[in-house]
Amino acid sequence: MSNRIFASGDEALALGVRLARPQVIAAYPITPQTITVERLADYVEDGSLKSQYLYVESEHSAMSACIGASAMGARTFTATSSQGLLYMSECLHYASGSRLPIVMMDANRSIAAPWSIYGDQRDALSQLDTGWIQFYVENAQEALDMVIQAYRVAEDPEVMTPVMVNLDGFVLTHTYELIELPEQELVDKYIPYRDYPNKMDLDNPKSTCITAGPPYNMQFRYQQHTAIMKAAKVIVEADKEYGRLFGRSYGGLVESYRCDDAEAIIVTLGSVAGTTRLVVDDLREKGYKVGLLKLRCLRPFPSEEVVKILGKAKVVGVLEKDISFGYEGAVFTEINSALTALKDIPETYNFVAGLGGRSISKGDIREVFEKIISYSSGKEPAKRVEFVKLGCDDYGN
Amino acid sequence: MERPKVKAFTPPKKMEEYPLGPAYTAGNLVDVSSGMRTFRPVIDTEKCVKCMRCFLVCPDGVIDKSGEVLEIDYDFCKGCGVCAKECKIKAISMRKEGEV
Repeated sequence: MSNRIFASGDEALALGVRLARPQVIAAYPITPQTITVERLADYVEDGSLKSQYLYVESEHSAMSACIGASAMGARTFTATSSQGLLYMSECLHYASGSRLPIVMMDANRSIAAPWSIYGDQRDALSQLDTGWIQFYVENAQEALDMVIQAYRVAEDPEVMTPVMVNLDGFVLTHTYELIELPEQELVDKYIPYRDYPNKMDLDNPKSTCITAGPPYNMQFRYQQHTAIMKAAKVIVEADKEYGRLFGRSYGGLVESYRCDDAEAIIVTLGSVAGTTRLVVDDLREKGYKVGLLKLRCLRPFPSEEVVKILGKAKVVGVLEKDISFGYEGAVFTEINSALTALKDIPETYNFVAGLGGRSISKGDIREVFEKIISYSSGKEPAKRVEFVKLGCDDYGN
Repeated sequence: MERPKVKAFTPPKKMEEYPLGPAYTAGNLVDVSSGMRTFRPVIDTEKCVKCMRCFLVCPDGVIDKSGEVLEIDYDFCKGCGVCAKECKIKAISMRKEGEV
């Protein structure tokens, strides 16, 4: 019997969650995540997923409920997007600070104001400092696979840190593709339920969220930081083991595509990586030495991989659906910071694109490649940060 | 009046000695409250039937049941009033501090 089905990103993610068998799900619906939580409610209703499903009144409550359940040692799941993620933000810190291995899906969506339900990555990127591990996926299959891997990473005793799986709103959540479903038995083997080392225990009662004043607080922060740094190795191993069991692996923290001899490399994340891959192939056929570095994980940040892969390039373009107003895209800052480890730093340029759901086409990406190649050869004056397809003339130009 | 026994606290020296996240065996305050109460609960021991409801709900565990009658440890009571609110027979009243 074929275990391949046609599913949207939201549906694929819900199927992945069903395979991971969380014992408690607490969620509040928000576009474009809604289909995921609807499907999960269906699975609980039809009995194919044995889980406590809590319909809560807000995202703040959704994460709070997950925190309570996870503290009791239950495997938990929630999903949100945009405004919902921001409303949850206080609790994101509580979850990571309490070292609870909650897994969450975030459907990347623009943030108000102005209001928009369409996709960009400003929601999740604004939450980089919440102490969560952050994955970004390229397609529905990767969404399904990564939500399963997320539990493996989060619940690792060395890690014990919550994980956020990000998929682009609409472009991934609402488009359909053929996906392959892993076997339940193998998934159970890959992520068996485990006793959380810090779970609440009636025989050894504990007080949660104790106060830690100046003499002790910093140690807890160091502990959190160390755990996420250690997660890098766990993520790579989890991906390799997944490959052995299910035949698909993604390269760990990053995927380097045709970068070996590339002179110009685009760094990007999420669904744009898929489009960039096609442009790289097109340009390679025409003889251009170009490549793609896909960031799969932003926390822990893959600085070693970035240095190793980009260190050989002449010029780098960071293409992202984000802008930190008054500076540049957050991912661009991260990349530049990593590259300071090099003596010979390649030229780097930032391309802010797709804000509020504006499409990023093959043509746009080709233009980014053309621009960075032209900048590095001095053919045209370079711009450090530019908005792709602004849609109108720049002030005074 | 009985107070919980004070345990010696040895500050952790190594990271390994810290709990995994801030969940740890509950302790109790050892420093006397600095007089934050506006109202203090007073138990009418004539009325009280020692049902222990107040003992169970007191967030600070300041109701002592070791003696003949229930007693409140005013050194640690913060005057929240949960005991008075929960007492089914109204044996606990809240009296303004400074007034008799």
